[in-house]
Amino acid sequence: MEFFDRFAVPHPSPLIYASMVAIALTLIAVVIGITYFKKWGYLWREWLTTVDHKRIGMMYIISALLMLFRGGVDGIMMRLQTAVPENSFLDAQHYNEVFTTHGIVMIIFMAMAFIIGMMNIVVPLQIGARDVAFPRLNAISFWLYFAGAMLFNVSFVIGGSPDAGWTNYFPLAGTDFSQSVGVNYYMWALQISGLGTLMTGINFIVTILKMRAPGMTLMKMPMFTWSALITNVIIVFAFPVLTIALLMGTLDRQFGTHFFASTNGGMDMLWANLFWVWGHPEVYILILPAFGIYSEVIATFSQRNLYGYKSMVGSMVLISFMSFLVWVHHFFTMGHGPLVNGIFSITTMAIAVPTGIKIFNWLLTMWKGKIRFTVPMLYSIGFIPLFTIGGVTGVMLAIASADYQYHNTMFLVAHFHNVIIPGVVFAMLAGLTYWWPKVFGFMLNERIGKWGFWFLSIGFCLAFFPMYITGLDGQARRMYTYSEETGFGPLNLLSFFGAGLMAIAFILIVFNIYYSFRNSPRNVGQDPWNARSLEWATHNPVPEYNFAVTPVVNSSEAFWDSKKNGHNLFPDKFEKIHMPNNSGVPVIMAGFFFIFGFSFVFSIWIGVILAALGIFGCMAYRTFENDHGRYISVEEIKETEKKYGGAK
Amino acid sequence: MKLKLAFISFAILLTTFLAGCEPLLVLDPKGPQAETTANVIWISIITMAVIVIVVISLLIFMIYKYRASKQGEDYEPPHIEGNPLVETIIVAIPVLIVIFLSIVSVKSTYEVETVPEGYENQEPLVIYAASSNWKWHFSYPEQDIETLNYVFIPTNRPVEFRLYSYGPITSFWIPQLAGQKYAMADMVTKINLVAETPGDYVGRNANFSGEGFAENTFTATALSNEEFDKWIDEIHSTAEPLTEEQFNKLLKPGHLGQMTFTGTHLDFAPAPEGEHAGHHHGDESEDETNTEHEDHSNH
Repeated sequence: MEFFDRFAVPHPSPLIYASMVAIALTLIAVVIGITYFKKWGYLWREWLTTVDHKRIGMMYIISALLMLFRGGVDGIMMRLQTAVPENSFLDAQHYNEVFTTHGIVMIIFMAMAFIIGMMNIVVPLQIGARDVAFPRLNAISFWLYFAGAMLFNVSFVIGGSPDAGWTNYFPLAGTDFSQSVGVNYYMWALQISGLGTLMTGINFIVTILKMRAPGMTLMKMPMFTWSALITNVIIVFAFPVLTIALLMGTLDRQFGTHFFASTNGGMDMLWANLFWVWGHPEVYILILPAFGIYSEVIATFSQRNLYGYKSMVGSMVLISFMSFLVWVHHFFTMGHGPLVNGIFSITTMAIAVPTGIKIFNWLLTMWKGKIRFTVPMLYSIGFIPLFTIGGVTGVMLAIASADYQYHNTMFLVAHFHNVIIPGVVFAMLAGLTYWWPKVFGFMLNERIGKWGFWFLSIGFCLAFFPMYITGLDGQARRMYTYSEETGFGPLNLLSFFGAGLMAIAFILIVFNIYYSFRNSPRNVGQDPWNARSLEWATHNPVPEYNFAVTPVVNSSEAFWDSKKNGHNLFPDKFEKIHMPNNSGVPVIMAGFFFIFGFSFVFSIWIGVILAALGIFGCMAYRTFENDHGRYISVEEIKETEKKYGGAK
Repeated sequence: MKLKLAFISFAILLTTFLAGCEPLLVLDPKGPQAETTANVIWISIITMAVIVIVVISLLIFMIYKYRASKQGEDYEPPHIEGNPLVETIIVAIPVLIVIFLSIVSVKSTYEVETVPEGYENQEPLVIYAASSNWKWHFSYPEQDIETLNYVFIPTNRPVEFRLYSYGPITSFWIPQLAGQKYAMADMVTKINLVAETPGDYVGRNANFSGEGFAENTFTATALSNEEFDKWIDEIHSTAEPLTEEQFNKLLKPGHLGQMTFTGTHLDFAPAPEGEHAGHHHGDESEDETNTEHEDHSNH
C-alpha cells in the first residue's frame, strides 16, 4: 500500500475529485466511442503515425484548444476566488496550484502549441515545399510536446500539481518548501515538451533555409515565414538554457545537489537568471509569429502589399537579438544597483523602437487600402490599439525606479496579459480563421466569428484593465484573497465579469467550428479571401503533396502577381513526387518518454530504466530501418488534380 | 468619431478615477522615495498616453477613410514599397521618446537607491527586516529591540532597511514610502527611505512565498522623533528579552500577531552579510571579505 500512497493528491478537494471522475468518464467514453465506430485503425493510420505537416499542425492546434480550455478554467477559478474579498471558494494551497498551472498551460502548452501548429500548416505552403525538412522529426516534436502536456495535466489528479508559480523560483520550489511531487512534474513536463520544441526549431530553420521554391530569395519570403524563421532561431538559442536549468532543478530536488539552494555555495538567484534568460526570449518566440500573421492578414484585407517590407524584416531581426539582452528587467528588485538596472532599463525600452516601427508599418499598410472587415481583420484591428496599450505599459515597467512599485503587482499581471492576449491569442484566432479554408476547404461562419471577437475584446478589457488600477493601489499578484478594507473588491468583481465574457467568447469560437462544419458550403474555391501569398496558389483543402508542380516565385506576393500581373507560377510539367512514409515510431517513443517522465517524477527507478531502454530502442530501430519513402506517380497526381477540378 | 469620443470620455473617467477622491497607494506618497517614483509614473503615463492617442487616431483615420464600403468597386489600391523619409520619422520619434524616458529612468533609479536629497547628513536609523514563513522580524541593533510584523520609524530621518530572508525569496514593500526590494537567504539587500508624514502605512511581502503569502503583511508606523524615543524606552521597560530558543520557535511556518522583544536575534543569528554571507568562502582574511561584501551590496 505504501507504494501507492505517493500517488495520492496531497491536498484534495471536491473539485479535484470531481475532475478525476470527469477525466475517467471522458477517457472511457472516448475509448468506447472509437471502438464502437471501429476507428482505431483509422486513427492509427491517418493521425497517430502521420508525418504530414498539415495533420501535425492540426493536432497541435486541437491540443492547443484543449489546453486553452484547461488554462481558461484555471483562469476563471482564480477570478472567481478573488471576485469578492475573503472568498473561500479555493484555499491558499489550491489557489497557488491553480495559478501555477494556469501560467504553464497557457504559455507552454497553449500558446507555443498554437504557434508551432500554425507554422506547421503554413510555412511549407508559403515556401512551396512538400513538407518540412525532417518530417519524422516533426512528428517526434509533436508527440514529445503531447507527452509533456499530458504529463503536466495528470499532476493534479495523481500526486499533486506544482505550486511555486510558473516562474518556479528557488528556494520556494526546492524540496524544503515544496514537498509534493508537483514541481517534479513541472521539471519533467517542461523538459520533455521543451526537447520537442528544440527539435521543431532546428527542423524549421533547415526547412526555411533549404526548401524554398525556386526564385524565392530570403527577401522574397512572405512575412509569416520570415517571422517563423526568426522565431525558430530564437528557439534554438533560448531553449537549451531551459533544458539545463530544468536539469539542475531536477538534480536539486531529486538528487540533493545545491545549485539553487541558499547554502553550500548554491545560489537562488541563479535560477531566476537562467529562467529569464530563456523566459524573455520566449516572450518573443510567442509574439513574433503573431506579428507575422498580422502582417499577412492586414495586407490581404487592405488589399495592399505590406508597407516597409525591409524594415519589417529588419525590426524582427533586431528584436530577436535584443530579446537576449533584457532578462534582468524581470527582477530589477533583486538588489543589483542602479548601474545594472539602468543598463537593462535602457535595453528594455529600446526594444519598443522596432516594435513601434511594426505598428506604424501596419497602419501604413492600411493607408490607401481597401479595408474589408472580416473576422481575421477584426482581430488585427483590435490588436493594434490593445497591443499598443500593453506595449506602452511595458515601457512604463521598464523604468527601473517605477518598476520597484509595479513589480509583483496586478499592474504587471495586467501588462503581460495585455500583450499576450491581444498579441498572441488574437493572432492565433485571426490565423485560425484565415487559414481554416486552406486546411478544411470550408469557411468558418463570419457572423458567429464576429460575435466571438466582440465578446473576447470587451471581456478582455473588462477583465484586465481594472488590474492596472488595483496594482497601483497595492494589490500584489498571486494573493488568494484580500480583506475588505483594501478596497480591491469592486474592481476584482469587474475582472471576474470580464473573464466570464471571455469564456463566452471561447464557447462561441468552438461552437463556430461545429456550426461551420455542419453548415458551411464546401466549394470555397482556391482563393476565398482574395489573398496574396504563395500558400493560396494550391487547392483548398491542400492535397497531401501540397503543390502538384513546384512553383516558381518572383516576389513575396507570388500568388497576387500570378493573379494580377500574369506571372506564371507553374511553368513545369507533372513529375512523380517523393513523399515520406508514415511511422509509428514517434508516437511510441513519446509514450516511452511519458513513462520515463512519470516514473522520474515519483523516483520509480525501475520505470525510468525500462522507459529509457524503450527510448533508445526506438532510436536504434530508426538507425537500422531502411525507409526511403515512396513516390506518388504522375497518374495519381493527375487524378487528384482532376478531382479538385483544375489542372495546376 | 463615436469611438474617439468614447475613448476621450474613457480617458477622462480614468484620470478622475486615478486622481480622484481615494488616491491609489502608489500615487499617494508619504516620503521622498515614493514621491520620486510617483512622479516618474505620472511622467510615463502622460508620455505613453500621447503615443496611445496618436496610434488610435491614426487607426481610426485609416479604417474610416479606407474601408472598402466607402470606395468604388473598381478601386485598386496602389503598390507602395515604403518611403525612406516616413520610415525615418517612425524610427526617430520612438527613439527620442526612449532617450527621454531612459534619462528619467536612470536618474530616478539612482535617486531612489540612495539616501534622499536633504537627508544625506543625518545618521540613518538601521533596521534589519528579515522574513520567515510568513512573518517579518524587525531588529533595531542600535536600540536593541526586536518587533514582529510591525515596525515603528521616526519621521524626517533616513531609515536604512537591511533585508534578508529565512526561506523563500520575499519582497519588502511599503508602497507609500518606497518601492520594493527582494529579501534573500544568502545576502543582505538595502532600502533607503524617509517618511515625512506621521501615520500607519500598509507593508507587505509582495513576492509569492507559499501558502501563507497573502497574509504576509506588516504595518509601518511613522512617529515623530520624540514619540519614537518614548516608544523605545517603553519597550525596554515592558518587553521580555528575545532568547534563541524563542526565536527559533518564531521562525516556524505560520502566522503570528504583532510581538515585541528587547534584544535582537542578530546577536545569536547574525544577518547574512560580511563573513556570514552565503557566498563567503571563508579563506580570505577578514578585511578582504568585508570590502568584497561592501562592493557586493553597493553595485
